[in-house]
Amino acid sequence: MSTLHDLIFDYTLRNVALGGMLLGIVAGVLGAFAVLRRQALLGDTLSHAALPGICIAFMITGSRESLVLLIGAGIAGWIGTWILLRTVNATKLSEDTMLGVVLSVFFGVGILLLTYIQQTNNANQAGLDKYLFGQAASLIAKDVATFAILGIASLSAVFVFYKEFKLLSFDPEFLASLGLPVRRLDLALTSLLVVAVMIGLQTVGVVLMAAMVIGPGTAARQWTDNLRTMLVLSGIFGGLAGLIGAVVSVQANRLPTGPSIILALTVIVMASILFAPEHGIIADWWRSRTRRESFKRALESGERP
Amino acid sequence: MRQPSLHPIDERAAVTVHDLTVAYRDDPVLWDVDLSIPTGTLTAIIGPNGAGKSTLMKAILGLVPMAAGTVEIFGHTSELQRKLVGYVPQRGSVDWQFPTDALDVVTMGTYGQLGWIRRPGKAEKQRAMDALEQMGMADFAHRQISQLSGGQQQRVFLARALVQDAQLYFMDEPFVGVDARTEAAIIDLLKNLRDRGKTVVVVHHDLDSAPHYFDHVVLLNVQKIASGPMATTFTTENLERTYGAGKAMTREAVS
Amino acid sequence: MTSGTVILLTGILCAMACALPGTFLILRRMAMMTDAISHAILPGLVFGYWLAGSANLIVGAVGATAAAILTVTLVEALQRTRRVRGAEAMGIVFPAMFALGTILISRYFANVHLDTDAILYGNIEFSAFERLVWSGRDLGPQSLWVMSILLFINITTLTLLYKELKISTFDPELAQSLGFSPVLIHYLLMLLLSVTTVGAFTAVGAILVVALVIVPAATAYLLTDRLIEMMVGSALIGALAAIGGYWLAMGIDSSIAGGIVTMAGAFFGLALLFSPNQGLVAQRHRARLNKQRFALDLLVMHLFTHERTADEYSESSLGHIGAALHWSPDEAMRTIQRASDRGMVVHANGNVVLTEQGRHYVQRLSVMNRVQVQ
Repeated sequence: MSTLHDLIFDYTLRNVALGGMLLGIVAGVLGAFAVLRRQALLGDTLSHAALPGICIAFMITGSRESLVLLIGAGIAGWIGTWILLRTVNATKLSEDTMLGVVLSVFFGVGILLLTYIQQTNNANQAGLDKYLFGQAASLIAKDVATFAILGIASLSAVFVFYKEFKLLSFDPEFLASLGLPVRRLDLALTSLLVVAVMIGLQTVGVVLMAAMVIGPGTAARQWTDNLRTMLVLSGIFGGLAGLIGAVVSVQANRLPTGPSIILALTVIVMASILFAPEHGIIADWWRSRTRRESFKRALESGERP
Repeated sequence: MRQPSLHPIDERAAVTVHDLTVAYRDDPVLWDVDLSIPTGTLTAIIGPNGAGKSTLMKAILGLVPMAAGTVEIFGHTSELQRKLVGYVPQRGSVDWQFPTDALDVVTMGTYGQLGWIRRPGKAEKQRAMDALEQMGMADFAHRQISQLSGGQQQRVFLARALVQDAQLYFMDEPFVGVDARTEAAIIDLLKNLRDRGKTVVVVHHDLDSAPHYFDHVVLLNVQKIASGPMATTFTTENLERTYGAGKAMTREAVS
Repeated sequence: MTSGTVILLTGILCAMACALPGTFLILRRMAMMTDAISHAILPGLVFGYWLAGSANLIVGAVGATAAAILTVTLVEALQRTRRVRGAEAMGIVFPAMFALGTILISRYFANVHLDTDAILYGNIEFSAFERLVWSGRDLGPQSLWVMSILLFINITTLTLLYKELKISTFDPELAQSLGFSPVLIHYLLMLLLSVTTVGAFTAVGAILVVALVIVPAATAYLLTDRLIEMMVGSALIGALAAIGGYWLAMGIDSSIAGGIVTMAGAFFGLALLFSPNQGLVAQRHRARLNKQRFALDLLVMHLFTHERTADEYSESSLGHIGAALHWSPDEAMRTIQRASDRGMVVHANGNVVLTEQGRHYVQRLSVMNRVQVQ
């Protein structure tokens, strides 16, 4: 009861819970597409590549406004993705290598800039490093409102272009044969993933973003063979992990929010892989056991199995 | 939003390719191809590996950029004639683990007519169901696609093309890795389409079956070697020129 | 030794030690495994420190290595369920481990000597002050000992297993048939990577370890195709990045690890642009030459096909050539000029005509050799 009371009336808890939930839903839905398009680790690279963007946005504007910094993050993430794709196309370096190169080099530049900003004695600087580990407790109502607008906008885009995004993920060649602009749709879907990562930086930080993108979709896939259901479930799982993690971290003293959210999500993923009724490991094991036994019975009774 | 194009249909040729050259990073994959495929025929595109068979198909569909030449479908550019064209990509080109069922894949064939944003409704679902029925796959409508056999997956792809209700069909290696029953179903479908006045172009690699399945043929090896009615074109001499006497078949020769 | 020298030496040794296994990770397309391992060792490190009751190097390293091996095992076990692909398995396991580590620190081991920022970007800055003391004797900076041993281990292992690694990377089936188990070699490489990551972690932090393993090796791969050159090259590039990065960081008074990675990134960028074979500039140049040659081929081929046909006159007009070959008038003029410079065509009265030399050129074209044209 008291948790529910706090959720409604406690300012920090409300912001953290809402922020975590919003992030979980948006990252869940867009991450599901990333998983289906075999871009699972792109989220990891995007979130690390965002750091120099945050620093440069701060150096240019001097503002600590979330939206300003996140726009910088988004642009940097975009440039990172562009370099990644361009290099994989043009050279013999594999996608896996380039994910690592972009991730680590952008992050290294980000660290250089971040420490540079910290040395230059700018009173405003405190707070940039919250994007490293995420600092959900620092979320203010305005941040949550910003996330809500970004989140609703990107989910609406998924809703409106659902049919096109589905075909893009399943059979881009056929999509092209219908005369639809494959490259522009691809760009749009990747940009939406960038938005999801932007929302996550302040809540769970760069390192843990990878799981927010991959986890919910992977869990949802175990429960259904239908894309629509998978997207909805993915959003629910992500949102649930965000909510549970946030509440637990605020209620249990001194527990950092980002890691709590990720651990809640990990439990959901593992439970799904084990217990999902169709694809779950246990269901699989049970089915093959039943089959073996009925086969054995049939053999013993001398009938043809 | 795209409207169905209402350009008059050229009675003589479904596809006219003029001086077509396609290059990958400025190395020619197709070189100076001239050909025309008459309306109402079943045409096989035949040639060795790396001969540019799929590329020719994709160039006609406007999926790969042309370095030179022109392509016309019923007398107009392929851009204008999208609504008249159905396409069956290679089965291996998609992820069959994708969370969707057979009916949904077939319904994707209606997306072109629906245009942006509009969702498939009852009418589209019904048409998809009918197409599955025609391919003998009605019982599998709600089966997850990874649980279908290779042949069944191919029939789902063909049903999707049927739903496109096109005048001209392109199929990329539909006979690869399918069971005898599916092969027979595909043949029936091809003949049925031809009887209804449709034109079908198929990338094919089995020389033995080709003369039995198709009435026209395009022999291709980077350049067009020959094209025309099966009886007069599918000759030993032409085949030798296509596949070479051994020395001409190495890949280095392309670059 | 001044503290600056210690830092510089630590950086150089660390970069070289990391770059060596990086070569094989890149060739085996397992670069992101470094990312997973470098994050996932955190709970093991914390647990080790807790067991030892202090920031004991050896116990911490054992715990971290155990965590690294656990991570590799978990990722592969998840993959084997066939419900998740490799990349997804990594993306699920390492954040969970990292989250666990962060929670352990904040909840139970707040007194353990582990600064959260140091996890991400290390504290090479203090390397001169942490001394290795053995029975009361100061043996010098601890980091130099750690990095030297690490480099020694990596050089020795990779030299001893060079042949096995090479063959199992390029042809696992051949390796298997020759009796070198690719699975065993895979786990040995993972063990080596784990030890390297743990050793380098304290100097440059989790994410920058990833940079030092992947980036110099990727840079070397852009510059050479030979395995041995790639290994030596990546170690050299790593060392240069350490030197350059140190001066960069000193110059603007910021993180040395950040400086080293920025430098490594700059070298990668230079190689990406200017590598003689793989570089974008060279590729662009080659593409331009290729395009000119290709345009020339197209032109003479076009003329050749329409020679002595009914539409020869119309097809060879200046205006029509541009339209047929999708060229702008400028492009068409330039190509025709180039062809006539080489004596392949002559143009007169608005028409272009093939010369004997041009006809000869067409017949020698590679595509023409592919098939026998009458």
